[in-house]
Amino acid sequence: MPLKSKHLLGLDGVSREDIQLILDTAVSFREVLERPIKKVPPLQGKTIANMFFENSTRTRLSFELAERRLSADVLGFQATGSSVSKGETLKDTARNIEAMKVDMVVMRHSAAGAPHYLVQVIDANVINAGDGGHEHPTQALLDMYTIREKIGRLEGLHVCIVGDIAHSRVARSNIYGLKTMGARVSVCGPSTMIPRDIERLGVDVYHHIDDVLPTVDALNVLRIQMERDAGRLFPTLREYHNFYGITRQRLEKAGRTITILHPGPINRDVEISADVADSEHSVILQQVLNGVAVRMAVLYLLSSRN
Amino acid sequence: MHYLLRNGRLIDPLKRRDEEVDIHIADGRIERMGKGLSVPHAQVVELKGKVVAPGFIDMHVHLREPGFEYKETILTGCTAAAAGGFTAVCCMPNTNPPIDDESVVRLIREKARAALDGLVDVYPVAAVTKGRKGEHLAPLAELAAAGAIAFSDDGEPVHDGEILRRALEYASMFGRPLIQHAQDMPMTKGGAMNEGFTATRLGIPGMPPAAEDSMVARDIQIAKYTRGKYHVAHMSTAGATAMVRAAKAEGLNVTCEVTPHHIALTDDAVSSFDTNTKMNPPLRTQEDVDALRKGLKDGTIDVIATDHAPHSFDEKQVEFQTAPFGIVGLETALGLVITELVNKGVLTLSQMIEKMSTNPRRILGLPEIRIEEGQNANLTIFDPDAEWIVDTGAFKSRSKNSPFGGRPLTGKPVGIVNNGEAYWV
Repeated sequence: MPLKSKHLLGLDGVSREDIQLILDTAVSFREVLERPIKKVPPLQGKTIANMFFENSTRTRLSFELAERRLSADVLGFQATGSSVSKGETLKDTARNIEAMKVDMVVMRHSAAGAPHYLVQVIDANVINAGDGGHEHPTQALLDMYTIREKIGRLEGLHVCIVGDIAHSRVARSNIYGLKTMGARVSVCGPSTMIPRDIERLGVDVYHHIDDVLPTVDALNVLRIQMERDAGRLFPTLREYHNFYGITRQRLEKAGRTITILHPGPINRDVEISADVADSEHSVILQQVLNGVAVRMAVLYLLSSRN
Repeated sequence: MHYLLRNGRLIDPLKRRDEEVDIHIADGRIERMGKGLSVPHAQVVELKGKVVAPGFIDMHVHLREPGFEYKETILTGCTAAAAGGFTAVCCMPNTNPPIDDESVVRLIREKARAALDGLVDVYPVAAVTKGRKGEHLAPLAELAAAGAIAFSDDGEPVHDGEILRRALEYASMFGRPLIQHAQDMPMTKGGAMNEGFTATRLGIPGMPPAAEDSMVARDIQIAKYTRGKYHVAHMSTAGATAMVRAAKAEGLNVTCEVTPHHIALTDDAVSSFDTNTKMNPPLRTQEDVDALRKGLKDGTIDVIATDHAPHSFDEKQVEFQTAPFGIVGLETALGLVITELVNKGVLTLSQMIEKMSTNPRRILGLPEIRIEEGQNANLTIFDPDAEWIVDTGAFKSRSKNSPFGGRPLTGKPVGIVNNGEAYWV
């Protein structure tokens, strides 16, 4: 059964069946990653361009590894800043890369909707590796995969996303994906970081972390952009940590087992304390490994549609 | 030039006329008006079912010349105006160089007189501050003497309350309005669309309606204190509409305009990431649209103006957040207004004509258009029932950046007559 769409631009509007298919396919690739020889042939002869218009280490490496594990030929492209500051438009850059006959494009871009624009000007399959504050679908898929692996299901779970929801593509993709899979989703953060009318996406809003912890099964703790936001969206990092930091003491007070996720990179002792990040309930490193498997699944499923 | 406009329905809000009449125009003057006129040698234009109205003026247009001729020129902009049924436009000063010196006012007026033999009157709006930087007053008296019809830093607000106060005081000496692009800039920094549910869903940085409301609120207090003539450009929020309504009830010299796109679309249109849905102020919510429609109906909103903002094809062929703000409007205005306001019972045709001709002329201190024998003919003629589909490729404007391509509209210009010239669509 193929995926419904030729591209993966986001999880908004993606069906439960398609998410299920990606997660189930990822299970077999996850098994491949445990083998002594971790390479399989399905994308042999396919060329994939990784267009990263915004700094990224872990997502770029994860995609690159997934592509190589599937035996694809990989083109890397990293440009800091927007396409415009480089003097070439996104359209021209993409068309140039496509002229080299690439089959798929993985793109990270600082502008929301950039991949949605890209699919109008090129023919290759496009995977969104993060567009501004909009979506980061493979991150949400690997988050869901990891929760499912740890707890055994998604349906009926309560997942809370903590931090700067307003500027987070990880939050949006998780909300769309988890809601589709039947989870209860809440968001928690200072009111300056909760975007207007987010309740209309069917999530509950909390401003006090201790109010939500007693019913939560999994916490997805977002990274604080320290340079950008301190003094604007919240007064100081210390204050943020005191009111929203996920600490062992807070978790113990909640009196239940809570799985801890973080998309990385972690600011230790800002949004999450070191002992929680390294605790037995933290699945942060599993997320990294599962990310490769989930991306292999997405690449494989999109490629096998053609 | 010798025309007999036959059987047209003359709607003249000033004279409260609405009747079928023949109009004989010779050398730009209205020679005779009456029923069943017969004029030998005149070119007969049969206008049964068409409306003849005082010439429309779009008081908010970016002609882009000098400096951005690849987007629009005075000639292409005037042609687009004529094709859209406008006999006059006011052009905004965010050119390069900006209209902050009398030489630029003179240049624009000269070029406008040469374009289409002066068919379309072009009234430059000069900058309030030097370089539109909001710091030092531009030479307002010299600019007015050279022909500037109003003052605005449009694209930017006059942010500093002290500068706004002095500009209102100074401009009121010669009866010129100050047109404010009301936007608290720090509140909208980085923003690309209305802040609200759609922006939340799309992850696009928002521009809160409060940025417009708060500046209009402050400005009204300054207008009240100075007794200056204050006009809100492209008003887009329910909040600002309510404040202008209250200011008018208080008897203040406060007026405002709305664009056709702010009443025809909501921010939901941005969901496509179409860069032609990106403008400033941004498309707002249905509640705002409803408030604007109510404001038009009850007279709070005086003027419909397009904020015609041409950008080249390539400039809009980019990521949404990177794209420049603005859309063209001259050639879709009439159709949108008839479709969205007249045919939906918000405005009568006569009220529409007031908001596109009589009211803006009054605000700008321009003479009334008198449709009488012996007067110069300044007329907009349109077919209120014509159904058509917007084809951006057919625009006379040099730029085609419109979100309305493919949209079916009712109401289409037939032609204009002005300054002894005529243009038939």
